[in-house]
Amino acid sequence: MTTFLGMPRVAPQPATAPQDPLRWGPDFPTAAHETLGNGQMRTNLRHATRTIRDKRLRMVSELPDWEELREAGSAIKHWTMSHLPELLVQLEENVTARGGVVHWARDAAEANRIVADLVRATGESEVVKVKSMATQETGLNEHLAAEGITATETDLAELIVQLAGDMPSHVLVPAIHRNRDEIRAIFTERMGDAPADLTSEPRALAMAARAHLRAKFLTARVAISGANLAVAETGTVSVFESEGNGRMCLTLPDTLITVMGIEKVVPAFQDLEVFTQLLPRSSTGERMNPYTTMWTGVTPGDGPQAFHLVLLDNGRTKALADEVGRQALHCIRCSACMNVCPVYEHTGGHAYGSVYPGPIGAILTPQLTGMGTRGATDPHDPTASLPFASSLCGACYEACPVKIDIPTALVHLRNRAVESQQRRLLPTGWEAGMRAASAVMSSGSRFAVAARAAGLGRIVARHDRIARLPYPGSLWTGVRDLPAPPAQSFRTWWKEHQADGATRPAGAPSPGSTAGNEA
Amino acid sequence: MDAREAILARVRDALGRSQTEPAPPVPRGYRAHSDVVPGSGEAVDLLVDRLVDYRANVHRCREAELADTLGDLLGDVGSVVVPPGLPPEWVGAATAGGARTLLDTADEPLPNAALDTAGAVLTAARVAIAETGTIVLDGEPDQGRRAITLVPDRHVCVLHARQVVATVPEAVAVLGQHPHRPMTWVAGPSATSDIELIRVEGVHGPRTLDVVIVT
Ligand code: SF4
Repeated sequence: MTTFLGMPRVAPQPATAPQDPLRWGPDFPTAAHETLGNGQMRTNLRHATRTIRDKRLRMVSELPDWEELREAGSAIKHWTMSHLPELLVQLEENVTARGGVVHWARDAAEANRIVADLVRATGESEVVKVKSMATQETGLNEHLAAEGITATETDLAELIVQLAGDMPSHVLVPAIHRNRDEIRAIFTERMGDAPADLTSEPRALAMAARAHLRAKFLTARVAISGANLAVAETGTVSVFESEGNGRMCLTLPDTLITVMGIEKVVPAFQDLEVFTQLLPRSSTGERMNPYTTMWTGVTPGDGPQAFHLVLLDNGRTKALADEVGRQALHCIRCSACMNVCPVYEHTGGHAYGSVYPGPIGAILTPQLTGMGTRGATDPHDPTASLPFASSLCGACYEACPVKIDIPTALVHLRNRAVESQQRRLLPTGWEAGMRAASAVMSSGSRFAVAARAAGLGRIVARHDRIARLPYPGSLWTGVRDLPAPPAQSFRTWWKEHQADGATRPAGAPSPGSTAGNEA
Repeated sequence: MDAREAILARVRDALGRSQTEPAPPVPRGYRAHSDVVPGSGEAVDLLVDRLVDYRANVHRCREAELADTLGDLLGDVGSVVVPPGLPPEWVGAATAGGARTLLDTADEPLPNAALDTAGAVLTAARVAIAETGTIVLDGEPDQGRRAITLVPDRHVCVLHARQVVATVPEAVAVLGQHPHRPMTWVAGPSATSDIELIRVEGVHGPRTLDVVIVT
């Protein structure tokens, strides 16, 4: 039980607003050290991840062909990446043939410019937005604000995050780091039209948001969305959601602008039968999410009469060039990997310093930002520490509906980070990696929890494959092969490797120093 | 080079470096059908179970009882939005109890404000998926514009048992006959779990979903 005493001032989390949504804050170990001290966040997180995890397992076990669906999902994504140029051109043709307009954006700045120009051309200065990872990645809201355009997030959690001046901490439940009392305070202080007698009951809070947004929906003339997928063969674009704010944005305004990563295309209409089964069950643990909208270009008399599709690269082609790492582009943003990750459960989403947290963030973010692709990685680049933010337990791979082999990609990218550092003759990346590992593994109880949650037996089972990994992956298999990995072994190992030349930087968490945070 | 050409060139260059062999064909070993026969009593039972789980209100009736069922449901709502292609008997039944009909067409759409104050909306559907408790509307004249099933606070949807398929692939096959139509997949009323993961029904879409299944 928490007792609400008076009116807390709403402080944004994290305290400083990011310049770059893909790369903000300190490196993972430093950020993890900070977030590990946030008891509220960790309590919420543990509750959320466990609840969703259990629901997901129930829903998945209901389908006798779950593994076949995963196989199909994985293969469709592989096929898509392999034929991306043709599919993108086909998608463009079909959207255009149905009255839509397709735009291409090399990077975040170009995407933001295109969107701002499109909004300005409508003469409007206010837009409604449905939750979109792509536009979070480009920092679109901030760009629009600088251009004098107000963008209102309409997903309840995104609205909370936006009003609080926060960064999202989870892909599915972005405001999970806030509890009901904080949300009440955020609405009362920042929403403007919150009822005077607003309580912190979730229903009351949701209804306050409904009332606040209703007027905006009914009068908005321009909306901005992301897309869960788009079908090349027909030009059909799709958004999956729960609240109906998506439908509001996608159907009521005159103009709809959709920003979509180039990897979101799927070849055939039939492929919808795979992803409409994989996504909701993996994401919210439901048989189907309450609302899915599919539209093809413009439908006369129904919905927006102007439709713009912005196809975004922003580093995706850098990821595509990596034979192992490119499978990160298969991600359908279900968030299942976050909910099973022992590291994420302890550190929370903000520690990853990017709009993409958790296991997928650890392999996607460094690739999008081009870690190690152009000579040595800047030792101060926080994304270089992300591939080390994992215990390599393999739970994320088990959970992933499209079978992205995150553990193998992590080790591969660690190698890339280290090689890039070696070009500089500085052990910075490795050092950061060790510190990242220590954030979770420094506490005996914490690591024990992590190991239990993840089912460590798997590691031994996959020993053959992992054991073949080259240095520095081989170092990790050395740790991971231990039948029972108590903190003691890690510390011993840490000491040994410190002797190899990697010194622990000042301010890094020392083994055991964060144990007091373990609730 | 414009952005389009630049991105396509980057994609080809990336593939040149990472694509070592052709992608294998997609294995479609998942179920296209189940043991449950579309349109069967079993299919309807399964659908009802799922809909109730989503906290939708389900009403089952025979064809001859449909008018009474609709009358009971809509007798006191004040006004009912109807799309142009609804069977006239349904409209008659819906308004027998005194409710006003508000006709919405693509040529003469009701303003959003009118939809906002309507008591309910009455539509048909294209197909329903039993396993997932999902109803799909595809914008045909008996289902209307997407806005009409979104803004009113209550959606009454009439389904015939023959429209109920068991699996998602069966529904996608039906929808794939007209893939360009605007589609809305509905599984229960609007819901959020964004605050401490506690489910609250009805944020922006209709807070009440009534499904009438005619057998
Ligand atoms: S990597 Fe897999 S499990 Fe994680 S969010 Fe993406 S699709 Fe889901």
